[in-house]
Amino acid sequence: MKVTRLITLLISVSSVSYARAEWALNMPRGVTEISHSVFDLHMIIFWICVAIGVVVFGVMFWSIFHHRKSRGAQAHHFHENTLVEIIWTLVPFAILIAMAIPATATLVKMYDPSDADIDIQVTGYQWKWRYQYLGEDIDFFSNTTTPLEQINNQEEKGEHYLLEVDNPLVIPAGKKVRFLITSVDVIHSWWVPDFAVKKDAIPGFINESWTNVPEPGIYRGQCTELCGKNHGFMPIVVDVRPQAEYELWVTQQKNMKAQEVALAKQSISMEELMAKGEAVYKTTCAACHQVNGEGIANVFPGLKASPIAIGDINQHIDIVLNGKTGSAMQAFREQLSAVDLAAVITYERNAWGNNTGDKVEPATIDELKVAAKQ
Amino acid sequence: MNTITKVEHTEHHGPAAGISRWFYTTNHKDIGTLYLWFSFAMFLTGGCMALMIRAELFQPGLQLIQPDFFNQMTTMHGLIMVFGAVMPAFVGLANWMLPMMVGAPDMALPRMNNWSFWILPFAFAMMLSTLFMDGGAPNFGWTFYAPLSTTYAPPSVTYFIFAVHMMGISSIMGAINIIATILNMRAPGMTMMKLPLFVWTWLITAFLLIAVMPVLAGVVTMMLMDIHFGTSFFNAAGGGDPVLFQHVFWFFGHPEVYIMILPAFGIVSEIIPTFARKRLFGYSSMVYATSSIAFLSFIVWAHHMFTVGLPLMGELFFMYATMLIAVPTGVKVFNWVATMFRGSMTFETPMLFAIAFVVLFTIGGFSGLMLAIAPADFQYHDTYFVVAHFHYVLVPGAVFAIMAGVYYWLPKWTGHYYPETMGKVHFWCSFVGVNLTFFPMHFIGLAGMPRRIPDYALQFADFNMIASIGAFIFGFSQLIFLVLIIKTIRGGSPATSEVWDEPTGLEWTVPSPAPYHTFTTPPEVK
Repeated sequence: MKVTRLITLLISVSSVSYARAEWALNMPRGVTEISHSVFDLHMIIFWICVAIGVVVFGVMFWSIFHHRKSRGAQAHHFHENTLVEIIWTLVPFAILIAMAIPATATLVKMYDPSDADIDIQVTGYQWKWRYQYLGEDIDFFSNTTTPLEQINNQEEKGEHYLLEVDNPLVIPAGKKVRFLITSVDVIHSWWVPDFAVKKDAIPGFINESWTNVPEPGIYRGQCTELCGKNHGFMPIVVDVRPQAEYELWVTQQKNMKAQEVALAKQSISMEELMAKGEAVYKTTCAACHQVNGEGIANVFPGLKASPIAIGDINQHIDIVLNGKTGSAMQAFREQLSAVDLAAVITYERNAWGNNTGDKVEPATIDELKVAAKQ
Repeated sequence: MNTITKVEHTEHHGPAAGISRWFYTTNHKDIGTLYLWFSFAMFLTGGCMALMIRAELFQPGLQLIQPDFFNQMTTMHGLIMVFGAVMPAFVGLANWMLPMMVGAPDMALPRMNNWSFWILPFAFAMMLSTLFMDGGAPNFGWTFYAPLSTTYAPPSVTYFIFAVHMMGISSIMGAINIIATILNMRAPGMTMMKLPLFVWTWLITAFLLIAVMPVLAGVVTMMLMDIHFGTSFFNAAGGGDPVLFQHVFWFFGHPEVYIMILPAFGIVSEIIPTFARKRLFGYSSMVYATSSIAFLSFIVWAHHMFTVGLPLMGELFFMYATMLIAVPTGVKVFNWVATMFRGSMTFETPMLFAIAFVVLFTIGGFSGLMLAIAPADFQYHDTYFVVAHFHYVLVPGAVFAIMAGVYYWLPKWTGHYYPETMGKVHFWCSFVGVNLTFFPMHFIGLAGMPRRIPDYALQFADFNMIASIGAFIFGFSQLIFLVLIIKTIRGGSPATSEVWDEPTGLEWTVPSPAPYHTFTTPPEVK
């Protein structure tokens, strides 16, 4: 009975693995010149370790087998041998020097971000990334799009579960791209394994890194420095496009920006604001304040019936736009468009029984945004 | 009056009656026992947290616990295992064995010894109480990087800071005591180069503790100032420097990891010669290798920080220095193997644990060497590869060595042999469990799974499932150990003074169980 159950379990476990197909054992070789040399270093040092392991464990297990008391082995009495000890100090030393040379060469290459074609500032926020193309008027946030239903096992998990975002970083193929990496709150770390680029995003510091991806494609990574509750939910997606397509994308971005400015001047119906507000709230606010607006006791304040969400509207707008210093509440003035801000504040003031009936016009927010810039 | 004094005097040689024995004791054996039981309790507590983590990671998606609680679990698991399980276990073994090994009647500072133990339960009670506080326990990882642990920390961080202070005071007092005992209380003729290796490694460890625990105290005090007194040591907005935190922390942290492994080297260097029936190969090179490792531990700290954006020269310096550690560590492993070579080996439980230590610690050493290669570290850093690495050196490394030591000396402590078959069952279950848990972590780490995440992408699912199964096997195997120890304390076949087949060392010249007071007249060492 027990055995059958165990077999059924094993079969179900192995069929699960067939469905997922991947038993990746090794580091991906990656797609850039740097990632290839990193991979080679990794393999060299790995095989050196294997070789040493085979020799050391070989001698050890040979002794365990042959020099056991039950086989009548008599203990010998030697307990030092200067020559042998010098040899096994010097040989590892020589191996290490041989290993240090290619490692140094690769490191020097990785540390040379000069002559970049494009500079992108990458900023870590609690739990999203912001990409600003320096010299171009392109600036956007990249949020995870994996639905909570998938995370909470109420829905089938998608192919790119936890590794998907709304706005990927778009870069051209075959161009040297320099990343200037920083953070506004806690320390994050920006990692794309296929590029062998991992650099910490530290508040108050700007770290440099670079890549040059020859082949177009979609490359995925994750934040790799514990940055709080949703550390596991801030993926990185890089969309590498051929030069022409990249240029097209740049133009589209600029057009969208213009449209956004135009939209901010128009009035929007309450229903539309609420619908939009709910969507924005879910991607931007719910991580802390929770979908039900109740927050987490003593960590993140709730918004349901909170003095701010049902009190003075100007104070509410202020805290959303400018954040609260010394707390996890960020300034969303730059993060969201005027329409999104108006929508989300309207939503917060009318959802979960906060029925204030207040409606925030995009134009009001737009004025504040413009004023803050001057 | 006179008679009373006399009565008191004759009764003075045994332990006090009842529970007060344990509160007032200044006896090194009693305090050793307290440390060891405390450490075992913490090992099970931290272990339960590990099982909670592994249960959540059994499958992708959030099933059992929420991300914030998951972070509390990883943090508390790390802190409890490092400061509550591994370090006190080594201090417990030191208390029991060092005086006997050097031929001293007790530790040099017995009353301080009592105090350094009794601080610990209070420190950990304070730290564990944070789990029940509003806002939850510390959730910023056992490395508590600022500003996540300052500006963005839950209110309980203050309790954490004070708990760390208390643990630090306890460790420093323990270390002073050990140094004073070893330097001043050796029996006549016990010269430094005759000290058993467990004594040597502990002496060096104690100096490391005195050097770095104040650094830890400093860094948590700076956090305290940032949180409550408006300073900005680590707050960039106030002109502070979050990277400074990491430099100070790892200046403590790297010697700390050797604090957790050097005594293990000592234990294994005692056990292998006994069961190979052959003198330890290269005694003096063992002493020099341990000292070199201790020295190097002070100049490699930034290899934990290869991705923070150190300048190229800094990166190279720390890479080369770190690679150098492989040389003395290699010497130690070669010496152990050479000790076994041409010996006459038997494989009682302590020896099984010691051999597993040599093999699995070496595997942890290999991954350590890989991590030292800075460009490759960019790919390994903060992934499960690192988790696999440090668990290999800490669990089948430090913890297996502690277990080996307990099996080795248990007959001396209790006067009974432990049930050998049960010991072997415990060993094999632990061995299988540990490898099943931590070996697959190398693969998921290389494949790209970051550490400290409560949920993961689908391609990591299979190996995570295996690791979780292994963790439960390992965790529950420790109950065998608990039962075995209780059984051995209660009874069993009586142990001889030598316990094993002609072991060397003064501890084997006293009866088993070791009398409450040993070496009141110092033995003569030839």
